[in-house]
Amino acid sequence: MKAHSGIIPDGDGSRRIIWISFGAFAMFFLLLSRLWYLQMIDTDNLLDQSENNRLRFVPVAAPRGAILDRNGKVLVSNTPSFSVAVIPKDVKDREQLVSSLARLLKLDPKEIQDKWNKGQGRAKYYPLVVASNISRDQMEYLEENRLSLSGVNIEMKPVRAYPNGELASHLLGYLGEVSEEELGNERYKDYNAGDYTGKSGIEKSWETFLHGTDGGRQIEVDARGRFLRTVEETASTVGNSVMLTIDLDMQKIAEQAFGDKAGAAVAIDVNTGEVLAFASNPGFDPALFTGRLPPDKWKEYLEDKRHPLENKALKGMYPPGSTFKIITAIAGIEEGLIDAHSSVDCPGYYKFGNATFKCWDKKGHGHVELRKALRESCDVYFYKLAERLGVNRIAAYAKKFGLGAPMGIGLDNEKGGVIPTEEWKRKRFGTKWFSGETLSVGIGQGYVLATPVQLASMIATVANDGVIYQPHLVKRIVDLDGKPIKEFPAQQVGRANIKPSTFKLIKEGLFAVVNEPHGTGGMARLAEVKVAGKTGSSQVVKMRDSKGEVPYQFRDHALFVAFAPLEKPEIAVAVIVEHGEHGGSAAAPIAGKLLRAYFEGKGVIKKPVSKQEAKGEQAGDAGNSGTTPAAEEETE
Amino acid sequence: MFDRRLFTNFDWTLLALVLLITGFGVINIYSASSSYREIGTPYFLKQIYWTVAGILLCLTVCSIDYHMLEDFAYWLYGAVLILLVLVLVAGKTSMGATRWIHLGFFTVQPSEPMKIVIIMTFARFFSRYPVFQGLTLRDLLYPLALLGAPALLIMKQPDLGTAILVSLIAGTMLLFVGVRWSALATMAAAAIPTIFLGWRFALHDYQKKRIYNFLNPDLDPQGSGYHIIQSKIAVGSGGTFGKGFMHGTQSQLRFLPEQHTDFAFSVFAEEWGFVGCLVMLTLYLFLIFWGLGIAKRCNDRFGSLMAVGVSAMLFWHIVINMGMVIGLFPVVGVPLPFFSYGGTSMVTSMVGVGILLNISMRRFMF
Repeated sequence: MKAHSGIIPDGDGSRRIIWISFGAFAMFFLLLSRLWYLQMIDTDNLLDQSENNRLRFVPVAAPRGAILDRNGKVLVSNTPSFSVAVIPKDVKDREQLVSSLARLLKLDPKEIQDKWNKGQGRAKYYPLVVASNISRDQMEYLEENRLSLSGVNIEMKPVRAYPNGELASHLLGYLGEVSEEELGNERYKDYNAGDYTGKSGIEKSWETFLHGTDGGRQIEVDARGRFLRTVEETASTVGNSVMLTIDLDMQKIAEQAFGDKAGAAVAIDVNTGEVLAFASNPGFDPALFTGRLPPDKWKEYLEDKRHPLENKALKGMYPPGSTFKIITAIAGIEEGLIDAHSSVDCPGYYKFGNATFKCWDKKGHGHVELRKALRESCDVYFYKLAERLGVNRIAAYAKKFGLGAPMGIGLDNEKGGVIPTEEWKRKRFGTKWFSGETLSVGIGQGYVLATPVQLASMIATVANDGVIYQPHLVKRIVDLDGKPIKEFPAQQVGRANIKPSTFKLIKEGLFAVVNEPHGTGGMARLAEVKVAGKTGSSQVVKMRDSKGEVPYQFRDHALFVAFAPLEKPEIAVAVIVEHGEHGGSAAAPIAGKLLRAYFEGKGVIKKPVSKQEAKGEQAGDAGNSGTTPAAEEETE
Repeated sequence: MFDRRLFTNFDWTLLALVLLITGFGVINIYSASSSYREIGTPYFLKQIYWTVAGILLCLTVCSIDYHMLEDFAYWLYGAVLILLVLVLVAGKTSMGATRWIHLGFFTVQPSEPMKIVIIMTFARFFSRYPVFQGLTLRDLLYPLALLGAPALLIMKQPDLGTAILVSLIAGTMLLFVGVRWSALATMAAAAIPTIFLGWRFALHDYQKKRIYNFLNPDLDPQGSGYHIIQSKIAVGSGGTFGKGFMHGTQSQLRFLPEQHTDFAFSVFAEEWGFVGCLVMLTLYLFLIFWGLGIAKRCNDRFGSLMAVGVSAMLFWHIVINMGMVIGLFPVVGVPLPFFSYGGTSMVTSMVGVGILLNISMRRFMF
């Protein structure tokens, strides 16, 4: 092999490469000398700086946005809460610190120890919360004893405050620590372990708006980990507020009206789809879920037969009972099977094959036309109509009114209810449809299930002559200064194509329910405003005539759907009282109170001067006035 | 054309050296990013993907005879220059600087390929330019214009780091070609008022601030001097043998800015100490010498100039990045080749290595 002297035309290249190599070497030598200086000579000083006079990063949680009612009244806001954190690296004597913290905070040392162990995996320089939600007194007491507590930090962070207690707890939802699973999700990429996030209700669905942006502080601490000064601070940005369509006053009245009964009430603005009240009773205390939930409280919630943790308005699926007769009647008229004057004779039962379907009134209703059938909720009339319609035609009309599918109200896990068809049954149970089942469907029993939200939207659609607005809970998003960021206007999502004359007939019938003698819904009557509605009682279990008191969980559900005013409807409500037995006596009064509250708010009805409960002087006799009839095959 | 000798002459040493440095880099990125809470693929793994992609690109580059590059040099120069103009006109702004441009389906940052393209352009220019007594001022007119156009465009983005790098690469190549002392002296004399005017009119406030801070970091220890101080503390506290892998307090505490990219060496210095740094510096110096050796052994002027250019590119990246990390130079966003996390840097450096391998294995081809 020949030797390679660079053959570069100008001849000096080779020499210059050597010079350049020298230059490169010199530069590297310079770098190395500097490294020598830093790492071999000045190292003690710099090591000292890195160990003792250290900076710490303290995340600063952004205050969450508030949740407001439609008039800007506060439903959920924030309040400062103090927690105690340790920085494990700065702790000299762990045993001793735990025992003094336990003494100062009057906590069980084991509890502090447990929290400490749980956070063991994380970096030693990150603050680890060992006690949260301490009182202001405890905080001050700790602050005084600061000198003996090295490595302890007191952190202030905003927590949720619920000025109205349990009010609208299901709707608002609660917060919880972001879970391990959520942390791996793209949506939570800016969250750290220990951060709070909405776990249900509005808090969850509107998390992105409410959360805000966390900030952070670089603080300098001394050799014992005590705070010296703030070096750099990135401010947190407060989350935006969510203004609901809910009216605080109506919400209160709705929840109070239930007393200790379980159930749900939904009120909708007929002309916009805005939900004015969204009550599920009983409620729970959302504040309990943010801190440590006392085990006894948890047990109490779980053992309560009324299921306080369940959002009944959204997820409760109930047989709509006689409120469903509205759909059956509309189907009958539209299909040309009945008109205002078609009549049926009700002897109190209907023989179908070798089964007997009873009317809720054993005495029978005699000669029944549509108006009377609705007013007095005659079952036999609707058995016969349902038989002629067949289940598929009934289902088609029910679906036109939004039943059988979630409404998309904007909360997680909304239920869709069930509207059965022959095909549905084949798929679900693999068995064929029996025509007797159609009769049950005609009066809203059997497989039919609907949520309170769906029923409210259904009656609002009737009030609206078929126009369906998207029921929604959020009116707008506003920033800290109250400036609107996003508006959610009324949105028409569909139209039930039904003849206006059909709606007219139905509305007359529904008006009769509330306002005529023998009407089942007299307890929802208002003197100043024309209310139209329909009662319902839906069977929970099939029972043969049983004797004596029926156990709570087997009693019928009481339902009532209504709208008002008759001519120019503004508001629609749906009320369900679980195991309330009779729609007319248990649910209608609640609807009446809600409607009254609405019209009082509008100034249409004058508020009573004395706090005298406006007692309906009527009680539209019918079978609802108190005598407990034995549970029927099918009830009113 | 494809010759068995190409395989026999393949420069395994160079490739092994690069892979060794990259390996240290990946290990270091693993530690540097361990305190991050990550979503998706971890950085060190992504760096491995980039390395694989880079090597494939590198092998592609060295499979084409570099002499063909001579014909393309000016075309490439023109194309990248147009892209640089387009960036200023219709670029995508991120973090206050406009460096990227959308080309329909992907985005490019044309200042990065300019580093390679300026090497090719200068190599092309001087391979046919007779120089006897060194370049005079007159001779420098064309090359300085070739350099000035992209350098100013890049500075305008503003991306001072890349503009300086491109200039330093070109400058090193000029020195290799040979510049007369008289010309150097004149330029030095002209540089003083230029620097003054540049300071007054061309530099952005944040760039001035960085230089101020570099000159006196203690003036504003919480502001932009912070990075320099924290990095110095990290490096110095490493001592002789370092704090150990994954045990660097400065880095695990996230005091260092961009510690997996521009300040990756700071993490390394803290965890591996002076001994580790000495090893890295030796490896890098070996790499540069190897590149210059390729230039020296090359039989044609174009190849020789290219090898010097690529060596200069790697060299200046290393010096500026390390100088910044240890507080010798101001903070400019220049990555450490094969060591800092990032696909762009990896691709550019690997293309450079591809060119070196290309020249190295074809040195007997005449």
